[in-house]
Amino acid sequence: MSAQLRSMNGVLQREAYSRMLRIRRFEEEGTRLFIAGQIPGAYHSSIGQEAAIVGACLALRDSDAMTGTHRSHGHPIGKGAKLDALMAELMGKTTGICKGRGGSMHLADNSVGIVGESAIVGGGLPLATGVALAAKVRKSGHVCLCFFGDGAVNQGTFHESLNMASLWKLPVIYLCENNGYAITTSLAASHAQTDIAHRAGAYGMPGIKVDGQNVTEVYEATSAAVARARGGEGPTLIEAITYRFDEHNVGLIIPGQPYRSDAEITRYKTERDPIKLFRAELIEGGIDPSELESIETEVDRSVQQAIEFAETSPLPDAATLRDYLYAN
Amino acid sequence: MQTEQKAAPLSARMTYLDALVATQIEEMQRDDRVIMMAEDIAVYGSGDLVDKFGADRIWALPISEGSFTGVGIGAAVAGLRPIVDLSIASFAYLAADQIINQAAKLHFMTGGQVRVPIVFRLSMYYAESLAAQHSDRPYPLFMNVPGLKVVCPTSPADVKGLLKSSVRDDDPIVFFEDMKLWTSKGDVPTDPDYLVPLGKAEIRHSGRDVTIVAIGGAMRATLKAAEALAADGIGAEVIDPRTLKPLDTDTILASVARTGRLVIVENAHRCVSASSEIAAIVAEEAFDSLKKPIIRLTAPDSHVPFSPALEVLMYPQTDQIVSAVRRLL
Repeated sequence: MSAQLRSMNGVLQREAYSRMLRIRRFEEEGTRLFIAGQIPGAYHSSIGQEAAIVGACLALRDSDAMTGTHRSHGHPIGKGAKLDALMAELMGKTTGICKGRGGSMHLADNSVGIVGESAIVGGGLPLATGVALAAKVRKSGHVCLCFFGDGAVNQGTFHESLNMASLWKLPVIYLCENNGYAITTSLAASHAQTDIAHRAGAYGMPGIKVDGQNVTEVYEATSAAVARARGGEGPTLIEAITYRFDEHNVGLIIPGQPYRSDAEITRYKTERDPIKLFRAELIEGGIDPSELESIETEVDRSVQQAIEFAETSPLPDAATLRDYLYAN
Repeated sequence: MQTEQKAAPLSARMTYLDALVATQIEEMQRDDRVIMMAEDIAVYGSGDLVDKFGADRIWALPISEGSFTGVGIGAAVAGLRPIVDLSIASFAYLAADQIINQAAKLHFMTGGQVRVPIVFRLSMYYAESLAAQHSDRPYPLFMNVPGLKVVCPTSPADVKGLLKSSVRDDDPIVFFEDMKLWTSKGDVPTDPDYLVPLGKAEIRHSGRDVTIVAIGGAMRATLKAAEALAADGIGAEVIDPRTLKPLDTDTILASVARTGRLVIVENAHRCVSASSEIAAIVAEEAFDSLKKPIIRLTAPDSHVPFSPALEVLMYPQTDQIVSAVRRLL
């Protein structure tokens, strides 16, 4: 597959913009509802990381599988999920995608191929590897995209999974959303060698570092990795350098010295916002702003509809407390 | 001319270990979604498994318990039916995160969107002078995990029937085999669809004076004790739960209602063991039937020592079971 073919066409560009914006608006409204007390638990926002998510997801087919992390809201939206059941899940409603059993850290929507959103850091790496193993055994032609963060790279599952995937040439794409911090712990404070993509060499697979705020760049790198996986050549490690605009979870108060500076946060928000950057690029490329405005209106409408659906949905019935424990 | 049809034998005599190996092969032949994953399997797995089924169904694993367990889980979610042989049961601690946080919880946490049809095989090695890290009986830990099913067969026929039910089940199964029983022989039905339902106990010896529940390898010493007691005119009803989760409490409670006396025998550590759970259930639900206090015979709450002179003291012996029963009469 040539680089030319891997570039986004106009249709895909509009879809990328729409999906990134769906994540952004969903998270903005979710944050508001969390602060208002309508969403229980802990809220992990994906704001700032939209391009890394959407660029990777758009390189997949609908039938391809995916695993994610505790920062789980963006993944199903990036893969094309409907918003209603996601918002209902955040509110713990019975119409939630996980029937109110998962919540903020576990928005796994299997209808778009998501196998699990693991809040055990690094827990999804073996799962994605296994989904890829099944694809190889069944010769299904599917690939599995595995999202994880920079913190997960220090788990043993990273080492073990990448080794097995490369040993057996499994069709899996390991996509590290490197947002710079595992809660408060920077890469410099936790990685002896901070170049995550460089670690791929230890497993005999390609390691690619991309600008995770640039959706086109993420899409192109992931498309190449998907083509390689489908072609039976095995896994690729992609490190997308990105940034989390909010705290680890909304409202988290971290005592002591700040682990990142206000200037750093402001710089990312003003200069490195993936949606602003892509919007400017699209207009530069000749897309009429009115077309983007209609996408924006449509996204707002679908987020508001999801909120209405979630708010009017019933809470789970007490009689269902032990449901879904066993399949049979 | 009519040829005389020779009836196929209804059962074959084989060991517990042979039943394990033969059942896995039968299930792989029956259903091409069944795959096997284990360390050293290409060599140790009877030598010809790869020739028979191909490398896509026989996965020889690197020493990565913490992840290959999860690889099996991912493959199960994606439609295969893996048998992941973790070999020695204490290696389950390396794999426990994936077994507990993923396999046991995925169906629940996704609101039933995904299923995890997988069998984890764990061999309980002990009484072999292998010291504490290779000598463990960790099934009680896994009984404490909702979402898992915990199986512990004691006869070759049950190995076949329970392993087949486990492979065909849609939930994650932790299958504890007792290596002290590997060499024990029994008649195993030849029916390729011989299934023992999960969650059904079996009465292994009849008697009306006392109920003895025996788990895993403790069954051997218990059946010898039941024979010795029978010779003295004392009837022991010996129950094999076979599946520890779900536990067939009906069979146990019905037996205690008949005998009024209960001894529970197992080789696991005493603290929060299977016998703790069974004793609690009987005390809660059949207290009025009990004529005497419940007796638990277990390994002490202490690690397995290397020296044979010490290790022999760890597990309940036949004479201890006999004298426990006598104390209740």
